[in-house]
Amino acid sequence: MRPTHRAWWKTLLGLLLTAVMLFPLYWMVNVSLTERSAIRNGDLFPRSFTLDSYRQALGDQLPYLGTSLVVSLGTVVVTLLVAAPAAYALAHLFVPARRSVRFGLIVAQMVPAVVMALGFYQLYSDLGILDTIPGLILANSTLAVPFGVMVLEAFMLGIPRELLQAAEVDGAGYWRTFWSIVLPISRNAAVSAALFAFLWAWSDFLFASTLNRGGGNLRPITMGIYDYIGSQNQEWGPMMATAVLASIPTALLIVVAQRYVSAGVTAGAVKD
Amino acid sequence: MTARSRRRPTRGSWAGVGFVAPLVVYLVVLYGAPLYENVSLSLHRYTRATFVTGQAPFTGLEVYREVVASPQFWPTLGHTAFFVLVSLFFQYTIGLALAVFFQRSFPLSPLLRALFLVPWLLPIIVSATTWQWMFDADSGVINRFIGVLGIDPVWWLNADHSLVSVTLANIWLGIPFNLVILYAGLQNIPLELYEAAGIDGAGPWRQFRSITFPLLRPVTAITLLLGFVYTLKVVDIIWIMTFGTGTSQTMATWAYGMGFGKGGSAVIKYSEASVVGTLLLLMALVMGFVYLVVQRRQEVSR
Repeated sequence: MRPTHRAWWKTLLGLLLTAVMLFPLYWMVNVSLTERSAIRNGDLFPRSFTLDSYRQALGDQLPYLGTSLVVSLGTVVVTLLVAAPAAYALAHLFVPARRSVRFGLIVAQMVPAVVMALGFYQLYSDLGILDTIPGLILANSTLAVPFGVMVLEAFMLGIPRELLQAAEVDGAGYWRTFWSIVLPISRNAAVSAALFAFLWAWSDFLFASTLNRGGGNLRPITMGIYDYIGSQNQEWGPMMATAVLASIPTALLIVVAQRYVSAGVTAGAVKD
Repeated sequence: MTARSRRRPTRGSWAGVGFVAPLVVYLVVLYGAPLYENVSLSLHRYTRATFVTGQAPFTGLEVYREVVASPQFWPTLGHTAFFVLVSLFFQYTIGLALAVFFQRSFPLSPLLRALFLVPWLLPIIVSATTWQWMFDADSGVINRFIGVLGIDPVWWLNADHSLVSVTLANIWLGIPFNLVILYAGLQNIPLELYEAAGIDGAGPWRQFRSITFPLLRPVTAITLLLGFVYTLKVVDIIWIMTFGTGTSQTMATWAYGMGFGKGGSAVIKYSEASVVGTLLLLMALVMGFVYLVVQRRQEVSR
């Protein structure tokens, strides 16, 4: 092992690098806590401290936060419902044209969201589901379903075949095997898929700003922040306060579920 | 073990079809239909009047020709190339440097690595508005900082500089993704190689050049290809910071602005937007195929 003094030197440098990387986020918090009249002074810490921005942000934005929560949870449900059974089939059952399905999933991840939004807009206006929450949930789920299938399939491939055969010998049908053996074992991969579905839906700007712009209070929080940008005089305090509020669920999830984040990234990108 | 070798010869059971059917229906309805809609829009001339008359004459590639001939086309393509290539170069270089830095653990390293992820997973509107304020010409912290160094304030978000500003913000956003993937790649390099090199007297730089970088090549290829596809389609960070004005107009924000009547394009131009969108799609798909070929080669060589 290396001498400790070298390790501590690395910790110091690491702290410094992290501070530089996270500086914009510190700046956001700093502005959100600064009085309106002092924001343009650019103090390095909130010398003129106030919580007024948060008061205003909560007053304006609470409905949007609620909508975002509903949309994100809905996206998680749709993603898992579609992805988990398909991943099981792709990993362990006979699927004709399996390679085409896998190919379709990879191509689907390459499609630019703006192309999807243009297509969805036409379809949704024909179907009359513009500015609705189910419409937004469906559109958001396209961000996560291909990824979800790939993460779950990669994990399920690791389930020993003998285990599934043993279940069959015991008389369990495919559905029983899936529901009581495969799913519980794949819990970690399912959490990863769900986590990313939630985060992507929570962050979505493109679909919300196109498919849901007339939604009033039934628009997500990203649109709530966007309203501040569009207004005549940009109110930086409440805007940054809202940004902080919108970041809290994400930050919490990353801290609580850190290992699922790393697992998801590497499973989705570098298949090993 | 690769996926294919696990394929199970079932006894003609079609249960798999039932399990995979929802996904296939989903892909056809939620990907196939919008993509078809988009390509169809690009081959017809949709105007505002289409809503009243329902008439959208088929024009073949005529709108494509108009878009390519428009004075905005080549500059926009140039901005896109700048945005994508400069972003990728710095995201990868910085991401790799950080991954090497974190390669051997030290006190607090897991926590710091986790913190590095935060900017990537936050809603982009959060980061974009923060960067917009930091780039503010009068009271932004960046101008204040370079002022300390004796540099005159820069109008970061005006037409001439907006491309540089959004690229800087996008580099910041992409570093965590590169860090995670490259870090995972580094974990697969056997430590013994470094030990042997150390015994042979190779210094850190030599070890990086002769071991780390060559062995990381497959992961590098995947990272850059995925990064290309993801960066090509970026709309939100640019749109939120500058509304895609001036030099920050890329193919993706151009399509977005025209398709939804925002920013510089007050009039909705569906057909033109879908033309740009379809071109964007083609570029992404070409890179996607390169990605698949590279990945297949890696699987074979493994």
